[in-house]
Amino acid sequence: MSAPARDLGPIIGPGHTFETVTDKIAAVVLSETRKGWMLGFGISFVLLTIFLQCVAVLFVRGIGIWGINIPVGWGFDIINFVWWIGIGHAGTLISAILLLFRQTWRTSINRFAEAMTLFAVACAGLYPILHLGRPWLFYWLLPYPNAMGMWPNFRSPLMWDVFAVSTYATVSALFWFVGLIPDLATLRDRSTSRVGRIIYGILAMGWRGSARHWNRYETAYLLLAGLSTPLVVSVHSVVSFDFAVGIIPGWHATIFPPYFVAGAIYAGFAMVLTLTIPLRRYYGLEDFITMRHINYMARVMLATGLVVAYGYLMEIFMAWYSGNPFESFMVKNRLTGPYSTLYAALIVTNVVIPQLLWFQRVRTNIPLLFAVAMSINVGMWLERYVIIVVSLHRDFLPSSWGMYAGTIYDYGTFIGTIGLFLTLLFLFIRLLPMISIFEMRTLLPEAKVKEKHA
Amino acid sequence: MSQIFHRSANALARATIFGAVFGLGVLGYGGMLLNRSGYVTGAHVAIEQPVPFSHKHHANELGIDCRYCHTTVEVSSAAGIPPTKTCMNCHSQIWADSPTLEPVRASFRTDQSIPWIKVHDLPDFVYFDHSIHVAKGIGCASCHGRVDQMNLTWQENSLQMEWCLNCHRHPEAFVRPKAEVFNMAYKLPRRAQEALGVRLVEEYDVHKEQLTNCSICHR
Repeated sequence: MSAPARDLGPIIGPGHTFETVTDKIAAVVLSETRKGWMLGFGISFVLLTIFLQCVAVLFVRGIGIWGINIPVGWGFDIINFVWWIGIGHAGTLISAILLLFRQTWRTSINRFAEAMTLFAVACAGLYPILHLGRPWLFYWLLPYPNAMGMWPNFRSPLMWDVFAVSTYATVSALFWFVGLIPDLATLRDRSTSRVGRIIYGILAMGWRGSARHWNRYETAYLLLAGLSTPLVVSVHSVVSFDFAVGIIPGWHATIFPPYFVAGAIYAGFAMVLTLTIPLRRYYGLEDFITMRHINYMARVMLATGLVVAYGYLMEIFMAWYSGNPFESFMVKNRLTGPYSTLYAALIVTNVVIPQLLWFQRVRTNIPLLFAVAMSINVGMWLERYVIIVVSLHRDFLPSSWGMYAGTIYDYGTFIGTIGLFLTLLFLFIRLLPMISIFEMRTLLPEAKVKEKHA
Repeated sequence: MSQIFHRSANALARATIFGAVFGLGVLGYGGMLLNRSGYVTGAHVAIEQPVPFSHKHHANELGIDCRYCHTTVEVSSAAGIPPTKTCMNCHSQIWADSPTLEPVRASFRTDQSIPWIKVHDLPDFVYFDHSIHVAKGIGCASCHGRVDQMNLTWQENSLQMEWCLNCHRHPEAFVRPKAEVFNMAYKLPRRAQEALGVRLVEEYDVHKEQLTNCSICHR
């Protein structure tokens, strides 16, 4: 960024050396467990058990325990799937695209955002499998030489989804792990317990930090960044095809892929903010995740939020411009039908409230920004509810209209995956460095090597 | 700081990378073979019956037609398991005192069926009809193998869907003249079968493109 109009502050607090950076970040992992962590992990774990209970009942009794019906055959399962997978998008955007654009400020948040991506994708990936009805046959989704002599239907977007999400999960996991290797070596060297040294040692894969190691590492990391970049756009595009390829009014729109991708990045950054704001405070990492980072993330949210708002506007415009009576009924039903309160709530939480981000004073006001991020988290969930439920419940034939409401198991599973997400996140914070130590060191003034001119 | 790992750990690390790729491949291939083996499908496993009935003796050595016992094969979905009376047509006269045949006589006396064990058991979600296959020139032996060579009867083929589809996708490789349906030994050289098969598929009005519709078998 050339010449910012206002001074946004540094990307790393003053007075740090190589050693203090390493100490500060590694200490979160290597020191004693703190009470606050125990409390947070405990609560998350309780939520996770709710998930396990809901899934156990689901496996025994089948998907009839959910609120889905005909015509609303997709409910919380797909809403939550899209919500989680959207949240997962910030990680790759931050780690891959911002890396290629040489946005060095990403360094403070990429590790954390990538971990969040992985956990969000894990939560997302559960839903399509759980909603299969016979989840133990989930491997039928994959093309393998089975004894049925059948391939999956390659013309179905649901099939593309399997590839998109599994590729995304694999590449994200690889990218995350490769990025961790030098830091795992740091932890191996600093760990005081024998078990810790062995485990971090195995994971560090013999990293010694030689010039050749660094050379190969940089090449591999760049290649993986290149590989992940198209995924930022492709995954949520394919998720949007699940809808856009269908003929239901409210789904069948060419604007869906870009509008979904923007929404995903929007939701992803909102979730990164929701998590970093309390974390940086609790672990005193304000020097590494500075106001400048928070400010930048807020700006990304504002930009992508405007694209999403444009998407909402275009849906309404196209309903009128196309002259299609079913399309215009769909919009009328959204605005005034039985779920109109949800649509209004969506507009308020996802379009109106985020406009506060225009103001520098809001972007630098931590509690207010946290509230805006929470509002976006809710708004993006409502968006998927409106797209899925409100489009399905009244389609072409009034005789096949119906209503939908989630049951206690729907809510339980949703809360449960939040528990799974937070549990994994707490474990990550405790066991791995949540900020990339070696990349932070490159941000220090000491790391700027001056070339001697002859 | 002392070394955590011995030098040999390097070799071990390389071995795990190779082992993961190779091991998973072998495991997958092994699973594929197991899934198609007689252990899973029940193919080629001779089944003990209440009476050791030999198709080889009756159909081959004595030359009894399939339809003498399986009477409904041309008109019904089920080929039909013969009632005890069919056995007694002969066995009231020959081997009438054989202890091996006591269950047959007992069944005849008490009017209780012989509890034959089904050899070819298709899943309940599959619709299968013998009559249409016979009417379109599929020989008994195409699916059941050389039953006339079996002492105790076994299931010749896997009955897995890929096996069904193999014929439904390429019926011309299997159809035969209607006169040869009950001929257990009928076999043409490959070339001749292909030429005749294409003609017969046409003649029998088999709509090949419909044979792989889901609802042909899953109704």
